[in-house]
Amino acid sequence: MKALVSVKRVIDYNVRIQVKPDGSGVVVDGVKHSVNPFDEIAMEEAVRLKEKGKVTEIIAVTVGGQKCEETLRTALAFGADRAVHVKVDEEIQPLTAAMALAAVFKKEGAELFFLGKQAIDDDAAQTGQMVAALLDLPQATFASKVDIDGGKAVVTREVDAGLETLEFDLPGIITTDLRLNEPRYLKLPDIMKAKKKPIETVSLADLGVTAIAGLKSVKTANPPKRSKGVMVKTVDELVTALKAKGLI
Amino acid sequence: MSKILVIGQHADGKLNSGIAKVVNAAKAIGGDIHVAVFANDGAAVAAQAAALDGVAKVLVVDRAGNDDYVASAIAPQIVALTQSGGYSHVLAAGTTSGKDFLPRVAAKLGVQQVSDIMAVHSATSFDRPIYAGNAILTVEAPAAPAIVATIRLASFQATGAAAAAAPIEKISVDAVIPGHTRFVSLAAQKSERPELQSATRVVSGGRALGSSENFSIIYSLADKLKAGVGASRAAVDSGYVPNDMQVGQTGKIIAPELYFAIGISGAIQHLAGIKDARTIVAINKDPEAPIFEVADYGLVGDLFALVPELEAKA
Repeated sequence: MKALVSVKRVIDYNVRIQVKPDGSGVVVDGVKHSVNPFDEIAMEEAVRLKEKGKVTEIIAVTVGGQKCEETLRTALAFGADRAVHVKVDEEIQPLTAAMALAAVFKKEGAELFFLGKQAIDDDAAQTGQMVAALLDLPQATFASKVDIDGGKAVVTREVDAGLETLEFDLPGIITTDLRLNEPRYLKLPDIMKAKKKPIETVSLADLGVTAIAGLKSVKTANPPKRSKGVMVKTVDELVTALKAKGLI
Repeated sequence: MSKILVIGQHADGKLNSGIAKVVNAAKAIGGDIHVAVFANDGAAVAAQAAALDGVAKVLVVDRAGNDDYVASAIAPQIVALTQSGGYSHVLAAGTTSGKDFLPRVAAKLGVQQVSDIMAVHSATSFDRPIYAGNAILTVEAPAAPAIVATIRLASFQATGAAAAAAPIEKISVDAVIPGHTRFVSLAAQKSERPELQSATRVVSGGRALGSSENFSIIYSLADKLKAGVGASRAAVDSGYVPNDMQVGQTGKIIAPELYFAIGISGAIQHLAGIKDARTIVAINKDPEAPIFEVADYGLVGDLFALVPELEAKA
């Protein structure tokens, strides 16, 4: 069984992002980027399924510009067998990405598609669900446990009320949450090996996809700043202040 | 004028408390507001929706299995209703359920979803957080064929009670429901403590706790305050507490009334998760810790002495 895993290049989660003074976006040039952390969890899950013999081949896929090749190399170092780079130079929105990913999924004849539950840049949390909708396939979002057996997936999902379990017939789409696994640390030999693995480059046109204009970004602004509060000297002072405000 | 469809999410016969906030967001957009209840038997939930101020009509779609809110089953019904009713907006609460089914609706309608609306400028212009709320993006959404959006509940107040209940109408929708996905079970969180994301008070501990045993003082303070318990990524990475307690950009983003950051230095990724807390209290031995830059009340000192004292006096 083939598994597809999508990986997105995002600003590293440890970077303090800066809004451009003209409000046209955030500063991305010269800023450290890495694989979206939730996509690493997606990648790790696919690799574990391959180690268990449930998955025979893992294909990593990304949609984006030239620099996303690094992201694919990281996925290959994790254990993807090969990669597909849907090369797009302009910024695209989740529905367009989903159309491209759905086309790759179909073309590859994969049965499982793992994606991070959201990317930590646009925080949209849409792409996986949209792929499922476009292909009329099952979806299990926010997965914290995945079992694959007998042509079925049993997935435990992290929902507001607790843990929900869904069962679906393969093929299907799974988006991964924090609790699913802890991604492995990459070892140097794996990073070296990844350099030799094949990456196929395709365009949106190759996949028969036309970008959807979607939302227009009007401006990007800093959030309202929290003002620095007061320093208290003792617990008594703190308790008095909190009680005065009716907080405790 | 806009015609707005609000999805009346529910569980255990109760309308989700966030729907009153979604209705308020719909009022800000302006127009005819209809709430759609998809349920096995939606009568009781519909009555609760009809009592919300601003709601013009409640539509009930009864179908066995709708109570489970499986995305692939709910989405086609919403799509059918949106198209047959000629709605200009489809809004859902930004809960895990809304985040699950609504992108499926948007994709089927061929539109880009607006996720997590935190402010409404006009019927087509909205603010939404990006980079875990470290930046605010203003977007303009194309009005046609429809605007599909989730509402960030922490950003809106609840609408009040209506003077008179809105009419309730039972309808059926023409949708094909696939049989490929089955709901198995829902295990409610067993913890006696409030759930991290909905708790009005949260106590979090950081690396300075030093061990999972030492975390007991955090639990103890939380129990006294009837608070949820969280942790910094550093505490999770050190193995003091499980992953699902992590507060921050790659963990849970929370908005309690009162937040205690104990032994947490205040890394960017942690601060991103607590931006919307009403009041932040920080206890840390390092007076230079960045957490004090955002704390409403800061207390410098040894947490192992201060936290038990706080518990005794609170």
